[in-house]
Amino acid sequence: MLPILAAHFLAAAVAPPLVGWFGRKVFLLLAVVPLASLTWLAAQGPAVVDGDRVEQDVPWVPSLGLEVALAMGPLQWVLALLVTGVGGLVLVYCAWYFHADEPGLTSFSGHFVAFAGAMLGLVLSADLLLLYVFWELTTVFSYLLIGHDPARRGSRAAGMQALVVTTLGGLAMLVGILLVGDAAGSFRVEDVLASPPTGGVAVTAAVLLLAGAVTKSAVVPFHFWLPGAMAAPTPVSAYLHAAAMVKAGIYLVALLSPAFADVAGWRETTLVLGTATMLVGGWRALRQVDIKLLLAYGTVSQLGFLTVVAGTGTRAAAFAALALLLAHALFKATLFLVVGIVDHTAGTRDLRALSGVGRKLPWVAVLACVAGASMAGLPPLLGFTAKESVLAALLDVAHTGDGTGVPAYLGWAVVAGVVAGSALTAAYTLRFLWGAFATKDGVEPSTVTPPGAAAVVPPAVFAALSLLLGFTGGPLTTLLDRHAASFPAGEHAPKLTLWHGVNTALLLTLLSLAVGLLAFAARALVEQVQARLTTPLSAERSYHWAVRGLDRAAVELTGRTQRGSVAIYLSVILLVIVVVPGAALVAALQDPVRWVRWDNVGQPLVAVVVVVAAVLTARARRRLKAVVLVGVAGYGTALLFLLQGAPDLALTQLLVETVTLVVFVLVLRRLPAYFTDRPLHWSRHVRAAIGLLAAVAVASFMLVTGAARTAVPVSDDFATEAVEYGGGKNIVNVTLVDIRAWDTMGELAVLVVAATGVASLIFIETRGMAIRRVREIPYPVSVRKQTTNKSRRVWLPAGRTLAPERRSIIFEVVTRLLFHAIIVLSVFLLFSGHNNPGGGFAAGLVTGLALLVRYLAGGRYELDEAAPVDAGVLIGTGLGVAALSGLAPLAFGGTVLQSAVVDLAVPLIGELHLVTSLFFDVGVYLVVVGLMLDLLRSLGSGIDRQILREERESRAAAPTGGGA
Amino acid sequence: MTVNLTLVLVAAVMFGCGIYLLLERSLSRVLVGVVLMGNGVNVLILQSGGAAGPAPIVSDAGGAETADPLPQALILTAIVITLGTTAFLLAMAYRSWQIDGHDDVQDDVEDAVIRRLAAADEASHGYEMDEHREEPDADEPVERGA
Repeated sequence: MLPILAAHFLAAAVAPPLVGWFGRKVFLLLAVVPLASLTWLAAQGPAVVDGDRVEQDVPWVPSLGLEVALAMGPLQWVLALLVTGVGGLVLVYCAWYFHADEPGLTSFSGHFVAFAGAMLGLVLSADLLLLYVFWELTTVFSYLLIGHDPARRGSRAAGMQALVVTTLGGLAMLVGILLVGDAAGSFRVEDVLASPPTGGVAVTAAVLLLAGAVTKSAVVPFHFWLPGAMAAPTPVSAYLHAAAMVKAGIYLVALLSPAFADVAGWRETTLVLGTATMLVGGWRALRQVDIKLLLAYGTVSQLGFLTVVAGTGTRAAAFAALALLLAHALFKATLFLVVGIVDHTAGTRDLRALSGVGRKLPWVAVLACVAGASMAGLPPLLGFTAKESVLAALLDVAHTGDGTGVPAYLGWAVVAGVVAGSALTAAYTLRFLWGAFATKDGVEPSTVTPPGAAAVVPPAVFAALSLLLGFTGGPLTTLLDRHAASFPAGEHAPKLTLWHGVNTALLLTLLSLAVGLLAFAARALVEQVQARLTTPLSAERSYHWAVRGLDRAAVELTGRTQRGSVAIYLSVILLVIVVVPGAALVAALQDPVRWVRWDNVGQPLVAVVVVVAAVLTARARRRLKAVVLVGVAGYGTALLFLLQGAPDLALTQLLVETVTLVVFVLVLRRLPAYFTDRPLHWSRHVRAAIGLLAAVAVASFMLVTGAARTAVPVSDDFATEAVEYGGGKNIVNVTLVDIRAWDTMGELAVLVVAATGVASLIFIETRGMAIRRVREIPYPVSVRKQTTNKSRRVWLPAGRTLAPERRSIIFEVVTRLLFHAIIVLSVFLLFSGHNNPGGGFAAGLVTGLALLVRYLAGGRYELDEAAPVDAGVLIGTGLGVAALSGLAPLAFGGTVLQSAVVDLAVPLIGELHLVTSLFFDVGVYLVVVGLMLDLLRSLGSGIDRQILREERESRAAAPTGGGA
Repeated sequence: MTVNLTLVLVAAVMFGCGIYLLLERSLSRVLVGVVLMGNGVNVLILQSGGAAGPAPIVSDAGGAETADPLPQALILTAIVITLGTTAFLLAMAYRSWQIDGHDDVQDDVEDAVIRRLAAADEASHGYEMDEHREEPDADEPVERGA
């Protein structure tokens, strides 16, 4: 079974490209897959009739106990035959139905075959979870098929409606499946049937499972999606209505009835809703003028009928349900395909415009009459024998209960409903045949082009089967008996035959046919009555009200909660933090906290400075003032680090704070002096209150966590590890490049992103222009060239690049004198970092500061002279070096980022103690230098250029502006 | 573990002032707030490492218990990342000023649209697109005809 299932999905995958080669002929090719599957399935027939279940298990997710478990009994066999047979012939029909240039054919071909595969998988699943997976697959593919034409709003809406309704039921069903599986200890269908749940769980599960079935099978009150789904192309409707999708719900009811029929609520639901559906569908079918819509409501009616029979849960009813399902599939497939032929050849489906089609398409009319007769329940067709068996089964229930315990009034009500429904069926069948084929007075005869063979053969096959199977009651009885055997024997042994003798069932059939004929004959009167009886209340309108209500509620809720202001969102988040974890903190604070005022006397002194600076920062209204004050707080923090015993932190913080300060100033020179010119707003008090609350929460958090910390710190072993494995004495730095090197790796990535982000925000298009060396600047005409040697460098190039009033010779000279010393210092920090304060970060920042000073002293050309490399290249190289040094140990059988210690004797210098993590640190160094260079080039040089450009533009604009 | 009240006070004040600034509209003020909060977080982590002590550098002579090196390593990473974040936000503030003439954080336009819909008691655009049908109700032709 798995191969035929897989073949469907494989065909679905290759179908779209094949459409490009074969056009609409591809459907003939695709039809091979279901038809070949049909052949294989047919070959299993004898075994199935003999009572052998065909089974196949393939492990899927062993850890969850999930497997692709497939099994086929008589019920599954009949459905699988229908799914593949109708699917295959409808595909053949598609080759005629679609125009060669039909848009969307590519995806349609794949969706259709996949839908057939999903349906086949659904009926063959022996595991309820697997069944659910296929169930939802049919939902998804039916959505794609119904919404075949996304350009039409109606098509989209119909697809969405089908999706929402069936998914809603599907989710309820999933919960039901989980309840059932939990109770049975297994999701296998056979296990569930063997040990069905009992008590309240059973009732809940039954209702949930039925919710899935009635939504899928378009039973009242969810019937409205099916007529809407006729927005799909007619072949899809034929398949959807006859063999797939809506049959899934009936299948589920038929499958589970042996276990659930006696559960409270099961019979009541299926009988009442099914009868109501049969009547509503038939009643509304009588009102339609679109013959396809008429058939769609007819399907709703028949689905109600099937739900009644499948849900009854007696041996005779189960027997009759499968017979009726088979009959319905055959006649409904024929009728829909006939509608497609009429629609395409006559150009309309409106029965008020169709006239004389029967004369021009006599064979098609004959096929429709055969199928219609089966639908109305006329002998000698399958529809008749099936309906007789249904009536017999329902009469048994009404008479004696037939072991169901259904009260007599309900049993008779169902019989009455079914007879009335059959009368409506007969009436709308006549209306359909008359509407599609009759020659009507006063209506211009339709022009009809004859259809091709591919159009007529499939409905002919189905009609022939409807007729043939009417005469083969004997073999069918054997097959259906095998299916019904899971129920105890009832009042009468069910039998499919054309002649039972004169009995109640036959009389009821004659009654319903007579009433149907009468209703058709008096159709004008019926229409008047119907027009008078319309109610404003309909399931579809309720659905739209519900969806609109949900949407409106979402809009209101979103409008109330999503104010679009970052500040408000942050406030909400912060207040939640203050209230929820804050409350827990207050409770926890009752535990004793051990505290000291300070560890050394320097701390409170620095703390005062930091606190004052922080408060003043918050109050500052000038940008520069705020930045300087936050710098003071930052330097204070560096001092606190030092006092706590963290020289590495102090060093890095000091450097970072300096860089931040300068970078801020570089940007702030362009921004207005004040943050805002808005007047002070009362909301600042709210912000201050939130800030205060958050501060209190943070303080409590620190007190509580401090009190809660009792375990030995993980870092206790770091000292020995640093020396033994990391080969260094500075534990913090060894932690960065060895013990926790992955963190540093991630941090490097963040820096690269930040640097790239800054550069792209300033330079918009590319990272900087090409670096311009001073020697490339042309001399002004008035200046006499000093030298002829291009490579000769000027010691202080600012003379040619900066305006004299912007220069400070002393600053330039001092900078040039100190530059190399600072670079040497940074290299020293890089190398000594393993044992003493320093390391890649600090060294990179020092180098960056050296470059920064060069830029400040001599402008952007000076910066390019000092570092004639592209920042991107530096960053890339740095990241590469770090990554390579991390991966290198793998080549020596080590792990990623492992360090090795190498002692080399170097002449002149002496013993060199080399740790390989130094290379990693070099990578860090390069990335940091690259970041610094990027910042200087973007926020320094880049903004310089923009200022110059604006000055030039305003100078150029000024004279003309003044003259005008 | 013993809690150092001075550091608790410093971290809390930096947090409070940082959050006050963070709730502002001006992006450069938000940025100053982020820097302040960043320092506050670092002090918080530092405090969680326990009491002050000698620098965590192994000396050959051995000696007293050093300060906890792990929080220090974490803070070192945090400091440098704060620098990267600051630079990026600064560039954003600058770009915002270049384009709009100010660096205020704007309210979300889409949210404003939804608020207008809510005020007008209307359904969402997506609903109007998909649910509102052009075709008449399925039953209407007969009702009109009859």
